[in-house]
Amino acid sequence: MSPPRNENPDRLYTVTGGRSRSTSDAFDLVTLVVSECEPTAGMQSEHAAILRLCRYPTAVVEIAADLGMPVGIVKILLGDLLDTGRITARHPQTARRSAQLPDTSILEQVLVGLRNL
Amino acid sequence: MDSATSDPALRPTARTPLSSTADNGLKIVIVGGFGVGKTTMVRSVSDIRPLNTEETMTRAGETIDDLSRVRDKTSTTVAFDFGRITLNERTILYLFGAPGQERFWFLWDRLFSGTLGAVVLVDTRRLADSWYAIDRLEHHGTPFIVARNDFGGPAHSAEEVREALDLSDDVPLVECDARSRNSSKFVLISLVEHLRGLAEAREGIR
Repeated sequence: MSPPRNENPDRLYTVTGGRSRSTSDAFDLVTLVVSECEPTAGMQSEHAAILRLCRYPTAVVEIAADLGMPVGIVKILLGDLLDTGRITARHPQTARRSAQLPDTSILEQVLVGLRNL
Repeated sequence: MDSATSDPALRPTARTPLSSTADNGLKIVIVGGFGVGKTTMVRSVSDIRPLNTEETMTRAGETIDDLSRVRDKTSTTVAFDFGRITLNERTILYLFGAPGQERFWFLWDRLFSGTLGAVVLVDTRRLADSWYAIDRLEHHGTPFIVARNDFGGPAHSAEEVREALDLSDDVPLVECDARSRNSSKFVLISLVEHLRGLAEAREGIR
């Protein structure tokens, strides 16, 4: 286990304006996020950093790693950007309900991709 | 990539971005006890150097309600490693190395939700480290295979390992060397072939 990094609770409280729970479970760990605009002057620095990172599709978990912040906090920041149309989210297409398996066409794609590595 | 350093602040520029067409992130979890080679396996097959991130959770398995409770002992920060493999222009596979220790049980359901399946990486010298992981996977209904990482210890027959792990016959057991890209790739292929078999069986029943 790595030691905690930038997660001074006071700092996280400030970053999210005191919120700690995203409004919905809109983001999976591997939801791919894409910026729809460039950062603007005066924008919160974490929001600006996300917009720069996501010029190409970037998974939620990669954003968290790059910002050095817990995934839960990053989801809140992403929620802000999504609500204001500054990002779009490409959700996993296999999200399993309960213990349902993904369909075989997706698994075939994965096999082809792995064999080509 | 040569400019990559250990400074986390420089990581974003050191990583090749995904194609703009990427739109489907998939997950496979690699679980196992401490030191069994989870991160080694992720590193062997990942397109990127493994990254590390954290999730802060309460014992109830929820993200924290109130950040003041971060100080409270009921919430814990868990770190996990991950890598990624670009499978095609749209599909990206993320590999998560998940701590298998019992005190991280609250992380599991979160990680497992939506995963294709799991690899339980075992060290035959410490099979008991895997019992809990296997129990959680079975309980959660997440399909998995068991991969025996070769640490050069005394050879055990597959039957002995199955018996020690109380593994049912329909769970594949494979050998691997987590340091080898080809061997780790073979483990992932074995898992996905197992998943396909399960999916086909299910579709046949319908």
